Formats: sequence, structure tokens, C-alpha cells
Amino acid sequence: MSSRIPGRVLAAATAGAMAMSLAACGGGTTQSDAASENASASNTAEADPNAALKSGLKIAFLPKQLNNPYTDVEVGGGEEAVKALKGEYKLVGPNDASASSQVSYINTLIQQQQDVIAVAANDPNAVCPSLNQARNQGIKVIAFDSDASKDCRDIFINQATTQGIGEKLAQQALKFSGGNGEVAVLSATPNATNQNSWIKVMKEEMKKPEYAKVKLVKVAYGNDDDQKSFQETQGLLQSYPKLKAIVSPTTVGIAAAARYISSSNYKGKVAITGLGLPNQMREYVKDGTVKEFALWKPADIGYLAAYAGAALASGQITGKEGEKFTAGRLGDYTVGKDGEVVLGPPTDFNTGNIDDFDF
Amino acid sequence: MSASTVTPPAQAASTRSGSLSRLASWDTAVVAVAVLALLVASGVVENFGTSTNFTFLVLDLLPIALVALPMTFIIITGEIDLSVASMLGLTSAVMGDLWNRGLTIEMIVPLTIALGAVLGAVNGFFVTVLRLPSLPVTIGTLALYRGLAFVVLGDSAVADFPIRYTEWTRGTFAGAVPNVLVPLALLALLFGLVLHATVFGRSVYASGANEQAARFSGIRVDRVKLGLYVVSGAVSGLAGVFWTFNYSSARADNGVGLELAVVAAVLLGGVSIFGGKGTLPGVLGGVLLLAVLQNALRLEDVSNEALNIVTGVLLIISVLLPNLISGTRASLQRRRRRSIHPAAPSRKAV
Repeated sequence: MSSRIPGRVLAAATAGAMAMSLAACGGGTTQSDAASENASASNTAEADPNAALKSGLKIAFLPKQLNNPYTDVEVGGGEEAVKALKGEYKLVGPNDASASSQVSYINTLIQQQQDVIAVAANDPNAVCPSLNQARNQGIKVIAFDSDASKDCRDIFINQATTQGIGEKLAQQALKFSGGNGEVAVLSATPNATNQNSWIKVMKEEMKKPEYAKVKLVKVAYGNDDDQKSFQETQGLLQSYPKLKAIVSPTTVGIAAAARYISSSNYKGKVAITGLGLPNQMREYVKDGTVKEFALWKPADIGYLAAYAGAALASGQITGKEGEKFTAGRLGDYTVGKDGEVVLGPPTDFNTGNIDDFDF
Repeated sequence: MSASTVTPPAQAASTRSGSLSRLASWDTAVVAVAVLALLVASGVVENFGTSTNFTFLVLDLLPIALVALPMTFIIITGEIDLSVASMLGLTSAVMGDLWNRGLTIEMIVPLTIALGAVLGAVNGFFVTVLRLPSLPVTIGTLALYRGLAFVVLGDSAVADFPIRYTEWTRGTFAGAVPNVLVPLALLALLFGLVLHATVFGRSVYASGANEQAARFSGIRVDRVKLGLYVVSGAVSGLAGVFWTFNYSSARADNGVGLELAVVAAVLLGGVSIFGGKGTLPGVLGGVLLLAVLQNALRLEDVSNEALNIVTGVLLIISVLLPNLISGTRASLQRRRRRSIHPAAPSRKAV
């Protein structure tokens, strides 16, 4: 049958194209071979701490995805800073947060010859080749929110360190147990990386003498599911009638716990604290269920990213450890190890200031 | 390939040469518009006509163009394969997993493409052996394969692929020609020749134009379709390999939504969703046109939403216009002849 032959040809063609890509390389390469080959470029430029911040810098923000309320607040801070710097602000980004959708946006920004690209990477490696191409053309790359691989960005704006958050959670436990009594943690899933590392620091911190009378009785897991978190809260209160406070380092957990307490007669007796979003927590702060909770300010992340980008583009810093720069209203910052700049300790939200925030 | 060379095989498959010359001219028009868009954008859009941007353009359209080749065949037979993006994602995920397990990349690439062929064969089995309609079948495998991809890699990504492979994929030769253009051009040439200059190609048109007639005239329609699904899977696997190297990242969510871009480009290129009609040059024109528009509009800071609107409107025009023309012609002919001839086959789409 004559129709068979071209059918085979089609199949062979695919094999041929594949062979081509092999021919380009040759030899057997395994993961361990590749590790030794894949070396990264190093930074050789010199910083001039006294250089003036340039005006008219083209600073582009590329968040994980557009039209996300949290992201909007982050880049809003960036826009404010770019205005203060008398630069040109631009916001681009994909509608979906998939790994590779940011790459063509980075390529476009390279073509448009931006001075600074501030990116929240959906995938730390998928954006790397493009970001390095940008850097080869003199564009400064700032990662914020989610880091890109450290070989392909100049600075990472870290919203909070593990240490900083862990200490904050311990302080909250101390404050709301009154320095004496039982506290519990309502976490996300048992294998949530962030939460586990924060809780680990929190436990270390609670070995200090001032915590002698504060007892962490249980870490419960609400799996970042509203209903499960709600039930776990209920369970904690039944199992530990003397409980003074629940610390929940996850926005889902703290909101569910607050909802349970506010509708029960534990209201006013058991404190809820942890990390939460002001818009989710507002009603519980106002009805007195929650006295205080914490989170970094997303707008400050974008703000700091813009200033760090301007400092790089003006030659004040190059991204090496120990370099210093000033970020407008946020004050002075120092570049840490691996080009990380830490925003600072989380902000406390309470009845006094919660209405100043909308995110 | 010019329009005149593509007409004869199509003619053999259809009953009306009038609507065919029209379709041939639609393909020519799409190719012409795509080339025009390329020229206009190079002249008008700042930074469009650079060699770096050309590489970006080719890398963006590569997976769409690759997958569109077998998709053209499949849609011409009157079927569809919506699982292509999920096959790309699953092969990419498996590629990452095998790499983690210490296999050499030279082993992994053929295995990945073979896996794609197997996934395609599953689609083909459902469509040709169990005689299930391809739309629900491939919507099913779209979800199934994507789900399996997450089973393989979860949320993690494998990124440490050898730099010489990733750099080759993104690299150029002779100054400005992207390396990946070579396999793409060779495959396009081959698929074009098979579709437009072989008996197999004619049986593809015949299967889509009138499946019953094709069966009666001795064409093994099921075998043709099964083969096409296998090739579609293999090419999706190949696209998965290129995708993984291009982005240095094997992930379960690679290529999400790509199937819609592919189907859009194929239809824009003048392939009838009802089967039996269309040409490969037209499809490549459709792919190029969409890619040029996207790239140029993005450079002009047109928002994503507006980009989607442009793509959507183009797609509707590409489906509507040929049908409107054929509808008008048919009614004109009817009035002129006052005859009792049945309407042109494509009229059911109006």
C-alpha cells in the first residue's frame, strides 16, 4: 500500500530532527557531567558609593502574573518609587503564572532597552537565560517576591528572612500568652517548607529565658484549607482548655481560626495571632477577636526593588555583599550574602493602623 | 510552495473546484498578509527588525509551528487533537525525571519522543479502534496527560540540563539564523511534501472530505488516522524536548494552553475545521502571522488582554470569511442557474 511509505517517512522525520539535535552535541552527558560544565558568569564591576542616582531611568516590573490583588499592591509601591526617582515606570506580565510565560516578556524588555528589570520569577531557572541576556546588554536585574536563580540576577529583595519571621512568631506567642501559659501553632501542611522552617526558628527562640513559662503544646495542621483549619482550631480548644493563644503562620489558618473564635464563647479569652492579610483580618481586628497580627508590606517590596534597581543602574552598587544604598522613605539598606537585600522585620497590624492598608 | 501546486491533490479530494480555488487563495492571502506584517513591523515597530528579536520570534513560534504540522493533517481528516500541549508537558516532565535518575541526555531525547508516540497512539486507539469522537477523547487525554505530568514531577522543576544543549537551542549560526529553524524548516518541508505530493497526502484529504467515500474507494482511513495521532504525539514530544531546553526547565505545567494557539494558527491558515481542506503553507503563514502580531504588539506595549482580543477576532474572521464567501457564491450560483444542485459542502458552517 503506497500510503504507508510517506507515513513512515513522517515518523522517520521526527527521528531525524531528534538526531540533528544530538549531532550538535555528541557524546553521553548525564546530570553529574552537566553540573561541572554549567559554570556561571561572575561580576567584576566596581561600585561607586558616591554616584548620584540617575533620573529618567527606564524601570520595568514583571510580576508573576497581572491582575492579582497582592501583586498589584507590590508593583504599586514600585510605581511610587519610580515616580520619586523621576524614572519611566512600566508594568508588563502574563495572565497566567506558568513557568515559561515570563520569558517572552523579558525578551521584549531587552528589545525595548530598559535600564532595570524587576522580576518576580515564576520559575527560578526558566527565566535565567533571558535575564542573563538582559544583563549582558547592561540591563540591571532585580528579583523581588520570588527569587530567580542567583546566577542570573543582580539583587534579590527578600521580603523577610526565615530568622526574622520565626522570631516574630515567638514574640507574638510571648506577648499574647502574657508571658505565662499554653500556646499552640496552627500551620499549613505538615511538609510546608516555609512554615516548617519558621516554626523551627520559633521553637529555638522559645528556649530563651523570657519564654520559660510559655509552653508550646501542639503544632496542628490545617493544610491551608479553610474548613480543615476551622476544625483544627476547634480541636485545639477542646484538647487544651487552658490555651491562651493560637499562632498561625499562614493566611488561610489565621483567618479560619479567627472566624471560629469570633463566633464562639472563646472570644476575648483565646488570642489569635500570626501572619495574615489585612483585608481578610479586618473584621476580626475590629470585633476584638484579633489584637494584632503581622506581615511584610507588599508595597514596600516593590518600592525597595525600584530603588535597588536605580542604585545598580547608577553604579552606586554592583550587588556585592556589604555595599550600601538608600531607598527613599525606607532608609538605608546593605546588600547581604548572595546579593540579598532584606526588607526588614514584618509590620504589625492592629486596630490603630489596619485601615491604612488595602491588600 | 505556491498555491497552484497545492490545488491538484485537494481537487482530487473534493467535488467542487470553485470553492477550492477560493480556499487556495485564502492560503495565499494569509501567507501574503504574514509576510506583509513582517515587513511592516520591521519598518514601523522600533526594535522589531533586529537579529536578536528574530531569534526571540522564532523561539516563541517554534513549539506552535512544530505541533501545527501534524495538527494540520489531523484537522484535514476531520478530527482534532487537543492533547498536544499536555503531551508536551508530560514528555517534558518525564524528561526531567529521567535526567534526575542519571540517564544520559542522548538516551533521554529518543525515549521522550518515543513516549510522545505512545501517548499519541493511545489517542489514535480510542479514535480509530473504539471509534470514539476525537474531541471528547483528546479533551480527556488533555486532562489525563497533564495530571500524569504532575504525578511525575509534582510542583518541582528540573533545571540543570547541560548548557551546550540549552545554548544550542537558543543559539544562532551564520550571524542571525536561529539553530532551531533548521529542524523546523526540514520538518515543515517534509510534512508539506507528504501532504501535497504523495498518495498518503491525498488519502488524508479524502478521509476528511468524505470518509464514507474514502473507505469505499479502498483508503484505510483508520490506519491513516492512527498514524497521524502517533506522529502528533511524537512531534509533541519533540516540541517538549525543545521547550525544556529553551527554558532550561522541565516542569509539569510546560506548554499549558498551547493547543489553543496551535488550533488557532491552523484554522487561521485556512484549514477547514470540518476537514477535507487546507494547505500546509497556509498554516505556516497562520503561525507566522500570529507570532509577528504578538511580538510586534508587545513591543508596542499593547496589553495582554488586547493581544487576546486580536487573536480571537482574527480567528473568527478566518472561520467566518471563507464561509461567507462560499455562502454568497452558492446562493448566487443557485439564483443564476435556478437549478436543483445541492449546496456546496462547506455551506453547513454558515
